[in-house]
Parts: sequence; C-alpha cells; structure tokens
Amino acid sequence: MARGADPMPGRHYADDARETVPGSSAYPWFGQPAAPSSPATPMTGPPPPEETETTVVFTRPPDLTTPPRQPSGPPGMPPLHAAETALLPRFLEAPEGPPSLAELARRHGLRPASARPSLGTYIRDLWRCREFILAYANGRTVASFGATRLGRLWQVLTPLLNAGIYFLVFGVILGARRGVDNFVGYLCVGMFIFTATQNAAQYAVSSISGQLGLVRALQFPRASLPIAMVISQLEGVLVSMVVLAGIVVATGEPITVEWVYLAPTLALQFAFNLGLGFILARIGAKIADVRQVLPYVLRVWMYGSAVLYSVELFQAHLPSWAQPIVLANPALVYIELARYSLMENVPLGSPVNQLWIMGAAWALVVGIAGFIYFWRAEAEYGRG
Amino acid sequence: MADVAPERGRLIGAQAYTRNPTVVVDNLHVTYEVRGSIGSAASPTAALKRILTGSGNKGRRWVHAVRGVSFAAYEGDAIGLIGSNGSGKSTLLRAIAGLIPAASGAVYTKRQPALLGVNAVLLNDLSGEQNVILGCLAMGMRRSEVMARVKEIIEFSGINDKGDFASLPMRTYSSGMAARLRFAIAASKTHDILLIDEALATGDQQFLKRSEQRVQELRAGAGTVFLVSHELETIRKSCERTIWLENGVIRMDGPTPEVVKAYVEYMSALEPEKWRKKK
Repeated sequence: MARGADPMPGRHYADDARETVPGSSAYPWFGQPAAPSSPATPMTGPPPPEETETTVVFTRPPDLTTPPRQPSGPPGMPPLHAAETALLPRFLEAPEGPPSLAELARRHGLRPASARPSLGTYIRDLWRCREFILAYANGRTVASFGATRLGRLWQVLTPLLNAGIYFLVFGVILGARRGVDNFVGYLCVGMFIFTATQNAAQYAVSSISGQLGLVRALQFPRASLPIAMVISQLEGVLVSMVVLAGIVVATGEPITVEWVYLAPTLALQFAFNLGLGFILARIGAKIADVRQVLPYVLRVWMYGSAVLYSVELFQAHLPSWAQPIVLANPALVYIELARYSLMENVPLGSPVNQLWIMGAAWALVVGIAGFIYFWRAEAEYGRG
Repeated sequence: MADVAPERGRLIGAQAYTRNPTVVVDNLHVTYEVRGSIGSAASPTAALKRILTGSGNKGRRWVHAVRGVSFAAYEGDAIGLIGSNGSGKSTLLRAIAGLIPAASGAVYTKRQPALLGVNAVLLNDLSGEQNVILGCLAMGMRRSEVMARVKEIIEFSGINDKGDFASLPMRTYSSGMAARLRFAIAASKTHDILLIDEALATGDQQFLKRSEQRVQELRAGAGTVFLVSHELETIRKSCERTIWLENGVIRMDGPTPEVVKAYVEYMSALEPEKWRKKK
C-alpha cells in the first residue's frame, strides 16, 4: 500500500522532535516558532517544494561563518528537539540541507551490509573461518554416509566397484587391453584419479544452491562451502589412493622412488579441483539446470581422458589437430602423472616434463581464476 | 503527513546529529527468485515451448518482498517489526543481516549484525552435539571456545531432558526440539546488532521463559535490537519503537504503543473474529 494514501494517524519518530520547536524566524523552514514546552504542534510552514533529486550529497564541512545559501531552507526539514538545540548551528549551516541516509551512514563509518569485500579481506576472512571449513567438510563426509551400515567403507568400495565393472566391460569383454602391460592397474589409476575430480565437481556444483538455508541464516565467506565440499572429497581421495597402491602392487608393479611423485600430482589436482569447484558453485547457484547437465559433461570428459583405454588410441585414431587439445586435457594430465608415478612401462601421451608443466599451469590458472570468479559474485549468493 | 520523508531518501529528524546510527536502511528493495513448478508449466512440452517461443517461465517468479524501505536505527534502540504474514519482515531482517542482497537501495551497518532465528538449517544427519559445534564455528567462535561451551548450550536447549538426544542425528528430533537447539546455538553469542526472528515463539512454557530471559541478557549486551514477532505482547514489553510493514512497505514507524494500537485496529478490521479478543 502506498504510504501517501495512508489515512492512519501515523506518527514518526521524527514527530518527537516536532513537539518542541525552537523559536527562530531566521530559519523559516522550521515553520512558526513555538514555545519549547508546547505539545505536539504540526508543522505549519509552507509545504516543501517538490524535490527533483532523491539524494543530497554533503560536499563540504559546515561553515559557520557563511549564512545559509538557501533562504527557503532545505525541504522536508523537521524541527529539533529542545535538547538538540545545542547542535543547532552545525545543523543549520549545512547549505545543502540534511544529509541523505547514505551520507549519514558514510559519516558514521557504517558499511554496506552485503557488499563484496576486497580480495585481500576475503582471503583473510576465509583463513579466519578455517576451523568452520574443516568441521563442515568433515560433517558433510560423515553425513553423506550417515544412514548406511558400512559407513565410510563406501569411500573405498565405490571406486573399487566402478573399476571392477569397467574392467569387466572394457578389459575382458571388449579386450581394450591392447598395448598396455598391466591393464588392471592402468584402468584403476585412471578411474581413481578421475573420480576425484568428478566427485569434487558434482558436490561443488550444489554447494551453494543445496545449502541456501545455511547461506541465508549465517554470515560467512561463501567460498567456505565449495572449499569444504572439495576438502570433504579429498579424504575419500586419500583413502582410495591407499586402495589404489594395493591394487597396483597386487598386479605386479614394483614400489619405486617415483611413487613420491604422486604427492605433488594430487596436490596439483586438488588445486585444480578447487578452482573447478568455485566455477561450478557460482554457475550452479545461478542456474539450477547445470546440475542435471553435469553428469553428461563429466562422462564425455571421462572418455576424453583415456581412463578406460590406452592413451595411444588417441594418437592412432584422432586427427592431428585434435590431438594436442585432448592431450592437454587437465584430467588426462593428472591421470598420466599418476600412472607415471605408480607404474613401470606405461604408455604416456606426452613427455613427463611437459606433463608437469601442464599440470602446474592448469592448477594455477584454474585455481586462481576460479577463486576470483567466485569472489566476484560474493554479494549475490542467497538470492536465487 | 508525518512520514513522507523516507521515500525521498532523506534523513528524518534531528536524531542524526545527536545519536549514533547503527543501522541505516536507504530505500531498500529486495527481490528473490522462487523456482517451482506450477501445474502444466512443468511438463516437458511446455518447457520446450517456453524455450522456443521465449515466453516467460511461469515456474520461476521474482518476489518483490521489500519495496523501498528507509529508516535509521540508533544505538540503544530496541525496534519491533510487525506486520501480517508475508509482509516482508523476515526478508527485511535478512537483508539487514546481509544475507540476502539488495536489488536496489542499500543497508549500512556499524558492525556485522547477527540474525537470531530458528530457521538456521544445520546438517540433519549429524548429531545435535556436532551441529552445535558446527553452528558456533560458523558464527566465528574459536574451536577451544566452542568446546568449552557445548555442554552449556545443549543444557540450555533442553534436548537432553528426555534422554541423550545430543548424540543422535538431528533428523530424529521433533520440530520443537530442533527449533530449540537452533535457538540455543544462535543465542550463545553476544552481538552488537541483534536481529531476532520469532525466536520466542518456539518451545514449551519452560523454554519460553528461559529464552525470554536469554534475550533480555543479549539485549543488555547489544547496541541495537530488532525483534520480529507476531506476539504483540512481546513487542510491547521489549521495544520502545516499532516499525509496521505491510506489503513490503513501511506503513508506520514510531513509538510502540501507538503503532501497535493502529496495527490492531487495522487487523481487526480485516479479520474481526480473530482479533476481537486481542483488542
């Protein structure tokens, strides 16, 4: 309902001030002078002229020596409370009239409630709520297995079952083992590494949109949510790596010094997953349909990452222009690095040095760009 | 009329020169998107038609919950927010807390306001105790501080009155228990600017008394308090100033007795049977 049409005898707080009007005819916009103790007196001065602008900016400090420039006074100016007359000079000498609400806020050092913080502040805030991020990540992990009997054992069983099915289909029935000595190991490394990125993406995409209640109830850096999601997957990744080591050794690979390369590989992949998670979280917060499309995108990505067959098939069958694109695919880069670390005599699509450079580049570029992309919409989360 | 000024974005009253504002709301508009399927609009053919013809999606609508609200709150104010259901009270509170972004206009605050509500969604698969820890960490408490206070918070919520519920997942709780726990978590910290959303309306008489007492304590420590409630008695008791929202617009803003009186008159004109008693 429009307030102008309101017939209610509404009394604003400002009316309190109106009860005692300081007598001063020098400032005619205060209306008729009234006795300080008189009861509520309505403003009887001329109606304020129609305003054309909605905000008045206070451009300079009040100057006590200069008389008011506007003899008619600022429009809409209510009179003062008796106790406030001590401040009258400051109040009246402002030639532009009373400040706007925005100006009042600025003068008292008030900050916008939902403004996006600067990047530095944002990172500091995130660091400050690290305990929440870890607790939330752990809570999500516990909660996701909460109702199952085997609990966290599923972190191991899920990748194992997947690897078993794909081995049956591609290794035994279709016979894609051509060109790889240890196909089971090859398949499992690819499967487990890809699953890490896949899970991070799937959980991150709904990290904001799935937790709108939390977002609308508490104020914290929103990046905490995708970070917590990716971290909660990290635990599963580490568990699955132990399983993977067992599989690789069981299929006849020796334990070599090169195994230590798995650590930097996983670190780089984690940074990449974080960046990817940020990007997906922001898109997912805006467009709910992304969650439906994502599984298909991930499946295509998996086929493009030589998880289920030898990477040499790409070199044999793809046109030459498409090869560098497929071989630079970040998931394939991290899978190849893991294969190089854990296995001997394994076919690789790119030289190892190049793999490290690409892996680091992907982690840096996607990690940083994803974080900035997410931060830029910080004030927007919670509306959709 | 006394209340013409806010629409112009002007400051009303000379209070600005004598008191320190803590919350300034300047011509605030809040819209949010509601996604839901409405009848045939959800069918695949309808969706395809919508995409092909470019016509508006009926399942997605924008709700204009707050429409140009302006006011300033000062240190020491306790402000009640009243209005009929769906008048935008809770949305306004969330916008002040910075939880829902403004579509236009702005909210300025001195410190980070804290919203004390029973709506905080926690993780239902986690135990009550884990949720207490998580909720406190989310409010910015340190882990050591949280651990020292978990027992106290659970005791306050009273969820353990009927057996050891604190170690059970929250999905096993009754709605009243969950609401009590959420309130206990939210009320465990003191804040400079406190926004209370219907928090007092949950739980039995015993809990009601306890939570009222806790809110009084929090109020004593807070600079400015906003209280949304349908219980006019609560508003009368604890707020000197009241803002009456209707359809997302301020209908009245002033001393509590007058605003509440006008509100009761207005409501009893709309629903005479329901309001006769309260009048």
